Parts: sequence; C-alpha cells; structure tokens
Amino acid sequence: MDFTLDSEQTALRDAVRGLLGKAYGSSEDRRTVTKTDPGWDEKTWQRLAEMGALGLPFAEEDGGFGAGPVEVSIVAEEIGRVIAPEPYVEAVVLAGGLVAAAGTAEQRAEIIGALAEGQLVPAFAHTEPGNRYSEVPTVTATKDGDAWTLSGVKEPVLGGARADLLIVSATIDGGTGLFVVQPDASGLTRTSYATFDGGRAAHVAFDSTPATPLGEPGADQSDVIASAVAAAQIAYGHEALGAMAFALETTTEYLKSRKQFGVPLMTFQALTFRAADMYVSLELARSTVTWATLVQLDGGDDAAVLEAASRAKLQVSKAGRHIGQEAIQLHGGIGMTAEYSVGHYTSRLTAIDHALGDGRHHLTALSKTLDDHEAVEPLP
Amino acid sequence: MKLQLSDEDIAFREEMRTFFTTQIPQDIRDTVAARRELSKDQIVRSMQAMNAAGIAVPNWPVEWGGKDWTPLQRHIWHEEMQLAGVMPPLAFNASMVGPVIAAFGSQEIKERFLPKTANLDIWWSQGFSEPDAGSDLASLRTTAVKEGDEYVVNGQKTWTTLGQYGDWIFTLVRTDPDVKKQAGISFLLIDMTSPGLTVRPIELIDGGHEVNEVFFDNVRVPAENLVGEENKGWDYAKFLLGNERVGVAPVGSTKRTLAQAKEYAKTAGAGGTSLLDDPLVAAQIAELENDLLALELTALRVVANSADGKPHPASSVLKLQGTVLQQAVTELWVDLAGPNALATGAADGSDVPDLARVATTNYLNYRKASIYGGSNEVQRQIIAGTILGLRG
Repeated sequence: MDFTLDSEQTALRDAVRGLLGKAYGSSEDRRTVTKTDPGWDEKTWQRLAEMGALGLPFAEEDGGFGAGPVEVSIVAEEIGRVIAPEPYVEAVVLAGGLVAAAGTAEQRAEIIGALAEGQLVPAFAHTEPGNRYSEVPTVTATKDGDAWTLSGVKEPVLGGARADLLIVSATIDGGTGLFVVQPDASGLTRTSYATFDGGRAAHVAFDSTPATPLGEPGADQSDVIASAVAAAQIAYGHEALGAMAFALETTTEYLKSRKQFGVPLMTFQALTFRAADMYVSLELARSTVTWATLVQLDGGDDAAVLEAASRAKLQVSKAGRHIGQEAIQLHGGIGMTAEYSVGHYTSRLTAIDHALGDGRHHLTALSKTLDDHEAVEPLP
Repeated sequence: MKLQLSDEDIAFREEMRTFFTTQIPQDIRDTVAARRELSKDQIVRSMQAMNAAGIAVPNWPVEWGGKDWTPLQRHIWHEEMQLAGVMPPLAFNASMVGPVIAAFGSQEIKERFLPKTANLDIWWSQGFSEPDAGSDLASLRTTAVKEGDEYVVNGQKTWTTLGQYGDWIFTLVRTDPDVKKQAGISFLLIDMTSPGLTVRPIELIDGGHEVNEVFFDNVRVPAENLVGEENKGWDYAKFLLGNERVGVAPVGSTKRTLAQAKEYAKTAGAGGTSLLDDPLVAAQIAELENDLLALELTALRVVANSADGKPHPASSVLKLQGTVLQQAVTELWVDLAGPNALATGAADGSDVPDLARVATTNYLNYRKASIYGGSNEVQRQIIAGTILGLRG
C-alpha cells in the first residue's frame, strides 16, 4: 500500500504546475482568458498537448501515452490549483474516455490521436434541460437503413459550442447509444453562453441531425457511459482538491497578514478554528478521492469503481461547499469581489459539485445500497 | 501508488484476525458486542491472553516484549482487535507508563515494573490532571518534597480513569516550585496502597463510575520510584502523549458499532419493519459510512507514509474526526432506539432490546471522547498553529 507519487509522477506534477503557473500566475490572467470565447486559452491547451498531458490516459496504439488514472489525477489537480479554464476533464477524461472505450479502431485512431495532439477538442453532450442526472436521454436516435439521425435538445453542454466534435448520448431501441456528430452537420444548432464559473456551455439542438454511431451501431452503451462518467467524477475530485488546497492556502495567508483592531486576524481563535476545520475537510476529501483513483488503478470490477467514484464525489461535495464558503467568509468583503481569487475558486467548486451528480444525488444513491454490505471496506 | 496490502501484510492481517476471533475469551467479546462495560477481571484476562501470545505491547522496545512491526502492521493489529470486539491493551500500561519506563527508566526500574506492566499484574492509573490543570497540564500543583531518600507528596489528582482498580499510579508532581512551570515537574511512580493516598469516585452523567479523584496527604514515596531525572517529567509526559500515533482514531470499533446499528435498524421500525426504508435514516447511515471511510483512509495514509519517522500532518485529523464519528454513531444509536432508549434501568425480563437499553448511557458516556486526550479544541489549536502556521 502506497499513497505517494513516484519520481516520474512528481516530475509530471512539477512540469504541469510550472506550465499552468505561468499561464495563470494571477487570477487576473484567468479573468482575461475567460472573458472572451471560447473561455480558455488555445495556446495553453497546445502546450499541455506538447507536454503529453492530453494523451495520458489513452493506449499508445490509439495515439496516446499509455499512462493511467494517477497521472490523469496529477494533471487534474494542477488544473484545479489555478482553476485553469481549459476543459481537461470534459474533453480528455470524459469525451476522450468514451471514444477510447466505445469507439471502433478507426474512430479511435482518428479522434484520440488528434485529441492528444491538441488538434481536436471533443465535448460530451449528455446533460438535458430539466432532466437533472437522469441516465435515460430524451434525445432520440432514429435509424433509416444504415443512416442514423438525432432529434432533441442537450443543455447545458460544457464546451459545446467550441467543440470540434460532439459525442452525444441518445435513446435507442434497447438502451442508450453513443453518437458522433460533426460540427457542420445539418440540423445542428449550438448557442453558447457563459457559466457562473467562467466557463462556457451551450444549448445544442438536433433536428434530424445526421450522426455516426460510436462503436457498434445500435449497441447499448450505458455501461461505457457510466464508466467514463465515473472516471470523470474522480478526476473532478482531484480538480476540486487542487482548488480546495489553494483556497485554504490563500485563506491562511490572509489570516496571517490582514490586520484588524491593530492585530493580525490569526489572533482571533474563532477564525483559526474555522481554518483548522477547513484543513480537516480537505484531508478527508483527499483520502477518499485518492483512494477512488487507486480503486480505478487496481483494475477491479466496474461496480467497485462506480461506487468509489460516488463516494469520492459525495466527500468532495461536502468539502467543497465547506471550504468554499469558509474561504469567502474568513476573507470578509474582499472575498466577494471579482478582482480577488477566492470567490472564483468557490464558483468553480460549486460547478464541480453539480457536474455529474452532486452530493445529495450520490448520497441518495449510496443510501439505496446500504443492504449490500455490512461495513465499507477500503482495501481489496 | 498502490492500493493493495503486500502479501506479507495480508498474511499478518489473517493471523491477527484468527487470533482475536478465537483466542480471546468469548464472554469478553460478547460484553463488548453488547456495548456493556467490561469488568476488571475481563480486562485483565483479555490483556493477559494477548501478552501470552506476545502481542500486548508491540510498541515497546523488543527486549521488553515489543515487536518490530511497521506502523501499518501496528495499525492492522489495532483494527483487527477492535473489529473482533476486543478491548485494546489497557492504555495506561501499554501506551503510557510502559513506553516511558522503557525509554527513560533505570535498568532496575525496568526490571521491576515492565514485565508486570505488560501482563497487567500491575494495574496502572494515570495521575496527570488536576482540578486546575486539565488541558493546561503544566499548571499542576501536586508537590513532591524530598526528605532523605523519600518524596513526600501532597495534592490532588482528578479524572483518574478506572482508578478504583489501580495498584499503582504514575504521576506528574512538582519538585521545583521556583522555576518555569514546565521545568519543575517530575515523573513519579506511587503505590496506591500507600498510607495517605485516598481514591474517591466521581459519578458521571451516564450513571457509571469510571473516573476518580485521588488525594495525597503526606504520602511517602521511595526516591527510587522516580523515573529518569528529577525535574525532567515534562519531557517524559510529552513523549508519552506524542508517541501514540497509531490507534488514536478508534476506526475499527466505530465501524463495528455502525455495522451493528445498521443491522439493528433493519427490524427497528414499527411492527418490525426496516428503518432503512426511511430515507432520512438511510441517508444518515450512508453519510456516516462515507465519513468513516474517509477517516479510515486517512489513517491508512498516515501509517503507510510515516516511514521516515516524522508524523504525517494528516495524523492531526485522526483524533478530532475519530471522536466526532465515534460520538455520531452513539447518537445514531439513540435515534434508532427512540423511546426504547428510556429503558436504561430495565431488568433482564424487559421486552426492550438490550442494545436499545444501553444506547443512551453509551451516548452520554462518549461525550468524553472529544474532551479527553487533548480536547477537540486543543486539536484545532494544534492544526491551526502547527500545520497552518496560524499563531496568534
């Protein structure tokens, strides 16, 4: 049992931290980038590609680098530390993960290689308006001969307007299928807007829009979707860990330096105790999220990974709300301003919480499985 | 990174599991499972069974019966013991006075006390806290004045846990009143049958008797009972309080109690229905399970990565969150028992399930957990000051 990074992993972390630290050295740098479409920096994305970060989870024969969930988690955590707006989890872990798991050899060669090189940014169009976290899409796929078309609406689709390719979930006979939709397909409209955390989402409508099945035509891809979503939930957990760690560091520094009544804020025990509780939340979340990554690495059964992802997401939801809210409170008014960083971290943590199932959603799911076990055992 | 235990550790876990589930007398494990208090005799027999197997004091130096285990192995030992419903070796003997004597005592004092301490032939009590020296332990006022080859001890100790069973008491006493308060303290071993020493029980809110006041009225203690050097007692006490990183969060027993509560809930609804069908109860239990998982994993992170001898920063989370969850599960028990929890005084013929009858006394009793061993406020102070660098 080992919870520490090896030297290669540490080197990867340092490299990504260096790159992102340069790109987003101040929260002003991030704001400049998020103010204009697509809401992230193409150059930074290209540098991440050159570093190999975008191809980490994919097999070498598909054009990736054959690394694993730990390496992905390292990148995600560094993304979170500076809340870089680049769609790492969305494009690489989620959309890319679906292609890697479901795509034909041809589709994988075409999409994964280009994704790893930074030439193609895919998005997963899955969430539907009014459908919360439902696993059954209202977007329908219709087959006519060998040709498929999609109809319905996906919204909000993160990065949906800028995407070079859409991976779309849709109801088919006997389950949920996955489809590839080209950006110039007929009957496709994409309307972009800003999200509260500085990102971009889109209203994506399909009106008899031609689509290509991802992988075997007509196959139910529910399990593939669940696995890719679980991987993304865990990666989001690491992104949140990076953000929470930074929010706590910033808050701690503020308590040390900011004076009121002629003394530093850290003179007041009411404030330092709250910071101590933030640390407790962070460490407990770190334990669960890191464990979920190790369950994934372990290559055990899918059900174990899904449960671990759910547990991690619940812990991250609690910790993210606690740390985000306290970071603002302990800063006082300055924490409310857009010029200062902590509010943006709290925004991002809120977005992560509600992406792919929030704490309440996962708690409900876990509540229904209480009968399956006597106690939760972390070790295989 | 790697999740699995090594083959060696898996074998070790199996060995411990087998021992604790087969070699500890069943009546002791049944009493723990019933969430009832163990008798002195049961605690002694339990520790002696472990000592006979050579696993009662693994944290001691090997020459005095310790084991050269890794922090992870010690964690496994501790967890398996609790999961099996076995009380850990008496902390006063195994984790407190034993290691101090082994580290700082003379050869003579080691030979005289350590074997009997490991085997619980001597039941030790702890004489640290005083009415005006709790978390601020260095303010203690009990004095020991040297007269010839004896110390004359006067003063009062309090919160002496299970002091009614004590044969000997290890104390912190003031031997030099004229120096900085931490500098004038010594570590003295006192026979509790000495003339002038009296023990008075303190009744607690759960109706039980587990703590005491101990009074010293001109108690004469041979000077050879001093551990280490005079006026160095504060260093020994810090060693004692700081060296027990493993097992500070009772994950195993909380896990067992939570599993037991869940089992109880399955038939605790009206007419024997399952309370797990109540979404709020189910959510409360699911959240506790998740929080307990996070705590257990944090404990594993700490023991897996503490090889360089420096405590892992996350270890400070363990006592704090460990007692929070320990208390939360006792609270859950009261919620599940509902009005049946009032039947605390019911005799054996009661139709109220036994586990419901002990729910409230356990709940009230475990309010102590966030107070003793450095209150949770002290833990927050340590996290804020030592880890975050917030020093007011």
